Amino acid sequence: MGKLYTFPGGIHLADHKSVSTQSDIRQSAIPERLFVPLDQHIGPAAECVVSKGDSVLKGQMIGRVSEFISAPVHAPTSGTVIDIQKFPAAHASALPSDVVIIEPDGKDEWQQRSPLASYEKMDPSELRNIIRCAGIVGLGGAAFPTYIKMNPVGHNIGALILNGAECEPWITCDDMLMRTHPGDIIEGAKIMRHALQATRVIIAIEDNKPQAVASLRSYEGEYEWLEVQEIPTSYPTGGEKQLIRILTGRDVPSQGLPLDLDLVVQNVATAAAVHYAINNLQPLISRIITVTGPGVKSPCNIEALIGTPMSDLIELAGGYTDDADRLIMGGPMMGITLKTDATPVIKATNCLLVQTPESQRDASATRACIRCGECVKVCPMRLLPQQLYWYSRSRNFDQLQRHNLFDCIECGCCAEVCPSHIPLVQYYRFGKSEIWKKEQESTKAGLARQRTEARQERAERIKAERKAKHAKAKAAKAAAGDDKQTEIKAAVARSKAKKAEQQSATEKL
Amino acid sequence: MDFDQHQHYSPHIPSKSTVSIVMVKVLLALVPGIIAYIAFFGWGVLVNIIIASMVALISEATVVALRRQPVLPTLMDGSALVTAVLLALALPPHSTWWLIVVGTAFAIVIAKQLYGGLGYNPFNPAMVGYVVVLISFPLEMTRWNPPLALADMSMDLLEAFRFSLTGVLPARMDLDMISLATPLDVMRTKLDMGSDLSSIMSGNGIFGHLAGAGSEWVSVAFLAGGLWLLYERIIDWRIPLALLMAMTIMATSFWLIDSNYYASPLFHLMAGATMLGAFFIATDPVSASTTPVGRLIFGAGCGILIYVIRSWGGYPDGVAFSVLLMNMAAPLIDYYTQPRVIGQRSKNS
Repeated sequence: MGKLYTFPGGIHLADHKSVSTQSDIRQSAIPERLFVPLDQHIGPAAECVVSKGDSVLKGQMIGRVSEFISAPVHAPTSGTVIDIQKFPAAHASALPSDVVIIEPDGKDEWQQRSPLASYEKMDPSELRNIIRCAGIVGLGGAAFPTYIKMNPVGHNIGALILNGAECEPWITCDDMLMRTHPGDIIEGAKIMRHALQATRVIIAIEDNKPQAVASLRSYEGEYEWLEVQEIPTSYPTGGEKQLIRILTGRDVPSQGLPLDLDLVVQNVATAAAVHYAINNLQPLISRIITVTGPGVKSPCNIEALIGTPMSDLIELAGGYTDDADRLIMGGPMMGITLKTDATPVIKATNCLLVQTPESQRDASATRACIRCGECVKVCPMRLLPQQLYWYSRSRNFDQLQRHNLFDCIECGCCAEVCPSHIPLVQYYRFGKSEIWKKEQESTKAGLARQRTEARQERAERIKAERKAKHAKAKAAKAAAGDDKQTEIKAAVARSKAKKAEQQSATEKL
Repeated sequence: MDFDQHQHYSPHIPSKSTVSIVMVKVLLALVPGIIAYIAFFGWGVLVNIIIASMVALISEATVVALRRQPVLPTLMDGSALVTAVLLALALPPHSTWWLIVVGTAFAIVIAKQLYGGLGYNPFNPAMVGYVVVLISFPLEMTRWNPPLALADMSMDLLEAFRFSLTGVLPARMDLDMISLATPLDVMRTKLDMGSDLSSIMSGNGIFGHLAGAGSEWVSVAFLAGGLWLLYERIIDWRIPLALLMAMTIMATSFWLIDSNYYASPLFHLMAGATMLGAFFIATDPVSASTTPVGRLIFGAGCGILIYVIRSWGGYPDGVAFSVLLMNMAAPLIDYYTQPRVIGQRSKNS
């Protein structure tokens, strides 16, 4: 058991987790219609490759990727594409995005799938590509394309951290997955460990989930590289930077990545999805969603196809209570309110929280900031939220950057403890987007120059790396000795013979 | 089912704390001090509080209405009452009504609302109000009544009201009975005249065991209220601790150099408005420093300035001036005391 560290700030919240863990994970039936958005992840939307009237098979790619940071989208079941329309996305911006509407044929017929070799025999880059093509994104809620994080780019990965903290109140989908399908997570961990060539795998779980801890601990004896770490319950332990600090005592550099510390963090459900993609040849077409809150009659976890309307899930959870009046996607700390339950489930939908008037805050009670500093005490990044608020309000973008606005992880601790009930995070998002806009406008030329320089530098680095690799390979070859040489000679001879044979064959024609 | 078409911002959790709760707790924490004040010095201070509170609420309501903002929610936040009570406690008991009105109205209208109301005032409103009347009406501000134990007679609540509003004393009393200097004032005058400390303390009934007779107990009561605020996490420990530490260090150093001329650290801690200032005035979050390190600097600056003004300045006590001077420095202090953000290599400025 490793030594644990702490992060500054954080808050303790009533977790409300047990309300949705009383029953097994329910299966949502194939709905009458599936609404599959092409924009479900961080990065540009996938590009539609089907058109109205096409019939699709289960697992068939319907949206392909052209950009680096993006993820393809697949048909969750077999059926017919009846339309492609723009709908408001399940995103804070609620901007319209393309949605492929599929009418299932009820056969749930898979597309042609040919089994893969064992993952152990595959090259990491090959595994990365399968993960990419399977459309896997981070299932903790952020939906960042997973394959990008699976590339160690020259780092020797010390540990792959599987995040099972699930620190937001109410959400239990990871908890239920860990309790009921620990083997899937372990299989995923094996694949990811191989792809990253990681030394260790640490599964971190908050100590309010003893059953999940126990079910994964039973695998600890089997694999010497596996460590299941129970961490103290506090919000936001599941934040990537906070989790790394708890486990290692080290801080991810500002503007940096866990990779800078030779670490990779993935969600436990993402690991399971990787297992399904590699071993079961199943792209990311379903996920587990917690449907909970005082506004649903029978809170539970549901496995549903991506694109299932949320109303189906609510129905499966017993329907709304009479006083249900707000639907939130995600947890109460970082989730967004949705305008309608016709919104489809997307890859990022980890939780549907239905609240009643008593369970939420009164937005009209917002008062002026009195600079009490409660927010400073709880900020896990050690920022000065009251100053960031002040400068966001006064649009003082220079000061915002000088106060490290971009280190804010938007966890919402500051807003939670604010006696003036100011939606602080909203002000930071505003500040960030304004600064981005300004930078885009004013430094396009500068950026282009920087990019060129970076590309040149990258090219040179890759060249150098390749050279080093070659040198290494050469040395290895030399060490391997003569038999290798003879083998190569034999191969060359073989190929010559084959060529000659082919030539004679063509001549004969 | 469709929901509210308006976007609601996270967090979606009912909040426990409100500004009103903070202010009400501050007022509650002042109660022991007020009771001790009344017990040792009579009803005058309560008359101050009642008049100041009424003026504060009326001026706040008027300005807020003129600014076309909701009146009742603003009054309910309790901040005007806190300002009023702090100012009332700073003024001499048995102050004339117009002195209280001028101080309170200036504090609320000019120092608070004209800057934008709660949260936007750069200076502590109560202390601005206090300094305005201190500078404008120096004579009235030196009339302090002695502790009840030393007085032959005192006023009941009604008589205190009548005196404040009309200036008419009960027939059995004359103005000299309520026009004494404070212990801090006597101390500095006598020290300037060349008396040594022990003879000053023993030769005058207004001194008690450590500082002023009676007032030292009022200080203890404010200290108790302040500790309760710390326990309730309404105020941060940094400002009061740094203020008291800085003052103790200053007072101890000079007392060790010449204990005949410089009063003891305990005298300074228990005399005048030290405790009220440390826990209730310097801790006003709006006008004080807001960073953790900044609060230490802010508190220490207040403590040092209070000692300097008391020992070498033109006024017997210096809490108000010290706090206002440090209010001026607060934005600068905040800017240069940003904590090192997680993952940042060095402090950037």
